[in-house]
Amino acid sequence: MPLEKISQVRGQAVNVPGDDIDTDRIIPARFMKCVTFDGLGEYLFHDVRYDSKGQPRDHSLNDPRFANASIMLSGTNFGCGSSREHAPQSLYRAGFRAIIAGNFAEIFFGNSINLGMPCVSISEDQRKQLAGIIEESPELDITINLLDSKIHASDHQFAFKLKDGARESLINGKWDPIDELLGKGEAIEEVAKLLIYK
Amino acid sequence: MEKYNLFQKVWRHHSVGLLDNGQTQLFVGRHLIHEVTSPQAFGMLREMNLPVRYPERTFATVDHIVPTDEVKEPYSDPLADAMIKELRENCAKTGVTFFDIDSGKQGIVHVVGPEQGLTQPGMTIACGDSHTSTHGAFGAIAFGVGTSQVRDLLATQTLALSPLKVRRIEVNGHLQPGVYAKDVILHIIRKLGVNGGTGYAYEYAGDVFDQFSMEERMTACNMSIEGGARVGYVNPDEKTFAYLNGKPYSPKHENWEKAVTVWSSFASDKGCDYEDIVLFNAADISPTVTWGINPSQAISVEEKIPDPRELTGAEASSAIEALDYMKLSAGSDIKGTAIDVAFIGSCTNGRISDLEEVASKLNGHKVKTGVKAIVVPGSQVVSKIAEEKGLDEIFKNAGFEWRNAGCSMCLAMNPDKLIGDQLCASSSNRNFKGRQGSPTGRTMLMSPLMVAAAAIRGEVADSREVFSN
Ligand code: SF4
Repeated sequence: MPLEKISQVRGQAVNVPGDDIDTDRIIPARFMKCVTFDGLGEYLFHDVRYDSKGQPRDHSLNDPRFANASIMLSGTNFGCGSSREHAPQSLYRAGFRAIIAGNFAEIFFGNSINLGMPCVSISEDQRKQLAGIIEESPELDITINLLDSKIHASDHQFAFKLKDGARESLINGKWDPIDELLGKGEAIEEVAKLLIYK
Repeated sequence: MEKYNLFQKVWRHHSVGLLDNGQTQLFVGRHLIHEVTSPQAFGMLREMNLPVRYPERTFATVDHIVPTDEVKEPYSDPLADAMIKELRENCAKTGVTFFDIDSGKQGIVHVVGPEQGLTQPGMTIACGDSHTSTHGAFGAIAFGVGTSQVRDLLATQTLALSPLKVRRIEVNGHLQPGVYAKDVILHIIRKLGVNGGTGYAYEYAGDVFDQFSMEERMTACNMSIEGGARVGYVNPDEKTFAYLNGKPYSPKHENWEKAVTVWSSFASDKGCDYEDIVLFNAADISPTVTWGINPSQAISVEEKIPDPRELTGAEASSAIEALDYMKLSAGSDIKGTAIDVAFIGSCTNGRISDLEEVASKLNGHKVKTGVKAIVVPGSQVVSKIAEEKGLDEIFKNAGFEWRNAGCSMCLAMNPDKLIGDQLCASSSNRNFKGRQGSPTGRTMLMSPLMVAAAAIRGEVADSREVFSN
């Protein structure tokens, strides 16, 4: 099945400040008891969004101004911690289609690209500026353009970093590798035969 | 002759070819699965109408959600019950070997793989779990993957990956008494940072790793990912082969000699290239304890809790956040911090040598009244050996609860959870906010013996003082 060619992501953005936001923060482990990923979006950032009585706290994800956001802005080392795809899945299922951060933990990054959810990196200065713009005009649609590798937010532009391979696979609609992997059946068998272990 | 490191050799040996996006299609010879990250992958496979391509290369166990005090099914938690049933059924339908509860082999996936002899040098090993780096202790390239990649593995036994750079980390000299592999890896992460290893495989070497037992090597490799390195490994040597000799899935008879020859050939060549080399002095490492909310926020038990005002930039802000969450005060001794719970277990430190080491010191000691102390063996095999040696009795006599095998309080997906803001001295690998099941629960990572010392004193204590006699 051909995949969507993702050359840009456009939408409202929300700032979730903080460095080292780990996968347990994105989706607490107790919500991972599931046999499908459906419904995970509901628990996104649960423990920072709600207090122990389930009452919403002061958090940008609870702010009605950002309720329709599909792009998340955050700090450095976003998605560190576990390899569980539950974290990017919960972001995706909560409606997020791209993440902007200082940088990303490797497994999280790979998992997100596999979902067709670009993760782009910008500097601290750029993040501050962008956060200011979002705060000032929450309704503003910003565009993450993979073709010119820039974030466009009204008159501002921020050059971002995204690993070449990832960028190309998104643009070419090859972000999910399964078809290409499946296509190499014979070559796979050749390698398997040479191994001393079964 | 060209010289290569182990990573490069194993990578090349398993490489199927280059993909359009420049990544490598890598054959993964051993795939381990568990109940949390596999059901969705089996679901995707069903949706795509794809079979499991090499079922004999995948092995399953159940670890995260199993209760450690009840064995009977159905479990009181219906979600947990659904997960174990789903795994059992997926394995039965596809021909994947499942170490079920009644197999005597069930346990934490990273404890089970090595003890069954499924983990061998020169292999590529993947599991939908970030602590898969553990298996690198045998000179395998082992890494955690997401669920879509579990699907890719089930369907093709291959993954789309980019190669890693290799950093050699040497720890030379002699460790002081009372300093363990856990302290070594916490020290390394403290110095190199939680994302210092991003893009790297860590090759651990030097006197200390040469002398380490296989289980100690596993403890260190286990936490590579906490330093941002997806892969950590130790070159295979005589200890590796001795450990594997006679394990259920190890090569047998005439295949053994051949395997050892092939395995040896994967070790890094003398004088090969590394991206960089980092040296540590073993004598600088003390029993180490974390005070914050990531594993790099660690100090020696003799130090004072850092003062954010003496730090700069991101380190300062994350220290403020950490101290606030941990309810600890800057500048005070870490020693003497009162604890509520003590947890010995996990894929970092739930192996037989961990339990033996602690049990050997417990004579005459009792867990402090008011402290909940539990020991959760990493696998049923570990439980059995421990019980045969009477370790369970030693722990129980000292006031510990003796549980069945599983992940338990490492991430509390089963009923073992912290309550409120309880502080837990834990032999596990992650001290993230809310990690142990309560959104305000607090975790301090340390070696199993330091956990025992804390349990006995009711506060963070120097194991060398507590067990001095
Ligand atoms: S013991 Fe902890 S870290 Fe290890 S596999 Fe289980 S939950 Fe993960």
